[in-house]
Amino acid sequence: MASLYVNVVIQGLLTGLIYGLMALGLSVIFGVVRVVNFAHGEFAVVAMYAAFILFSRLGLDPLVTMLPIAAGFFVIGYILQATLIQRFVGRPETQQFILLVGVAIIIVNVLLMQFGPDAQPVNLSYGFDSFLIGPVIVDKSRIYAAVAAVAVATVLFAFFRHTRTGTAIRACADNLTGAGVVGLDVKKLYALTFGIGLACVGAAGALMVTIADAAPSLGPAYTLLAFIIVIIGGLGSMTGALVGGVLIGVSEALAGFILVPAMKSMFSFALLILVLVLRPQGLMGRRT
Amino acid sequence: MKAILDDMPVRGRILAAIVLLALAAAPFVANRYLLSVLTLILYLAYVGQAWNLVMGFCGQLSLGHALYIGLGGYVAALFWLEFGVGPWIGVFAAMAVAMAFGAVIAWLGFRFGIEGVYFSLLTIAFAEFTRIGFDNMAFTGGAGGLFIPYEEKRLGEWWNLRGGQWMYYYIALLLAAGAVTLTAWLARSRLGYQWVAIREDETAARALGIDAFAVKMKAMLISSAMTAVGGVFYAFYYNTLFPSQMFDMGRSIEIIMAPIVGGLGTVFGPVVGAFVLTPMGELLIAATERLGFNAPGTKAVFYGAMLIVIIMLRPAGLWPWLARMLGVWERKP
Repeated sequence: MASLYVNVVIQGLLTGLIYGLMALGLSVIFGVVRVVNFAHGEFAVVAMYAAFILFSRLGLDPLVTMLPIAAGFFVIGYILQATLIQRFVGRPETQQFILLVGVAIIIVNVLLMQFGPDAQPVNLSYGFDSFLIGPVIVDKSRIYAAVAAVAVATVLFAFFRHTRTGTAIRACADNLTGAGVVGLDVKKLYALTFGIGLACVGAAGALMVTIADAAPSLGPAYTLLAFIIVIIGGLGSMTGALVGGVLIGVSEALAGFILVPAMKSMFSFALLILVLVLRPQGLMGRRT
Repeated sequence: MKAILDDMPVRGRILAAIVLLALAAAPFVANRYLLSVLTLILYLAYVGQAWNLVMGFCGQLSLGHALYIGLGGYVAALFWLEFGVGPWIGVFAAMAVAMAFGAVIAWLGFRFGIEGVYFSLLTIAFAEFTRIGFDNMAFTGGAGGLFIPYEEKRLGEWWNLRGGQWMYYYIALLLAAGAVTLTAWLARSRLGYQWVAIREDETAARALGIDAFAVKMKAMLISSAMTAVGGVFYAFYYNTLFPSQMFDMGRSIEIIMAPIVGGLGTVFGPVVGAFVLTPMGELLIAATERLGFNAPGTKAVFYGAMLIVIIMLRPAGLWPWLARMLGVWERKP
């Protein structure tokens, strides 16, 4: 019985790492550009469809196509920020929110028109294989996806910590006026950041398709999921996003196992309400 | 009441009278389809106005107003189906339940200083939490839905919201006109000015001695009760209730569209927004069907694009601009 629980927890942990990567993108965008990307989950679903098409047409593994998809999403994010969202920087929060709600509605419904409402599965050759570690059984696809998610997150951490551009972006987040004074091109850095945020989502979406079927209706659900994760972890905190992702992944897996599977996200919403009330800066966030 | 009229320039009064008369006479000339579109417009104007009070005037972005639609609809429908109590009593129960939920959300949000986007997420969280709850409750029919049966012998019982298209149309007209009047009155009241003060600068409002918590709480209570009435209307108009439709995030967005497009924090904005958006959506569907390209989601894509264009070019909405053009300028509250 105990090993059954261990299994569920590990499944949740691995899924949670992919959730975490997705939420990381949201957190980076908010932390720097101070715009709440309300179309985040919708972008993740676009990446899922991209991975699905590359898999079904060309037979490419999502673990491989993750990289070109992330690169493509970086370009989309850069252009989106430079052309559309930049105009809204500094405008009231509600206006930014409404803009991105508009973007989200368009994405979901274009997907609906293009692919229909049915879920599209990616059947990997190793989809049903698993590793047996002592009494614990773990899906191969989940392990690979989680390892890839951690790798992308590590690259991102290194970028922000050790490169000049990464440092410049952090400077914008810490002190916008100061960043402008020392001559940083804030607009360009914002576009870069939004691109990086979307690249995270692109990678996460491609990985997600190995453990979940792509469907347009997942968009709003993933947006809310990403929000729950970053708020629990602390909006703007990068480690917080990963920790929050794992926390939500495990709690959903346990709630789905112990209670009814359909009610597992109810648990997450309850957790969100609790965190908002008791610790609005999140577990790892700073209060601004 | 007189003060509200005094605020309007003569041309505005004439225009309002013409529109109201035309709407009152519409069933005598319009066909069934047109009447159903007009009913939808008036319903959206009504619930949009309810949301406008909390967001437009008080500045609190609730993105979970579907919660009150759902609660209102379900409470009244259950009173009718389980106890045989008509919606004219059920509506008070619906309002009470919605206000109780609104009070809890507002208390949590305003007492613990959950502001801006965080407040929006709190409202979404409650709506989604309740949706999943209703999905799994056998008592309310669960995800399979709750249905109000169509009974021929009850047709004409307008007090029980049983009747034909005409009845629903006039009730929707009454609701919309009532909501506009209430908003106009509130906008000029002490409470209305306090809402605007908080929206513009809460710290300054507090410094002037405004009890921000109580004032924001009142906005949520009034708005949730009004929205619940809209939910009762919706339930008895469509006769089918599914948690995935009543409490859906998409319903919350449907509610906020008209006031945003028309003009947040204005008395006539939600009405103008509903009258612009709904016919455009209907025309778009008709046009795509004519072209033999019938894809679900076309209308939603259009709404999304509308949202982006409006918020980019006219964040204050269409009505202030339109009112200036028509020379019926609405006094800024």
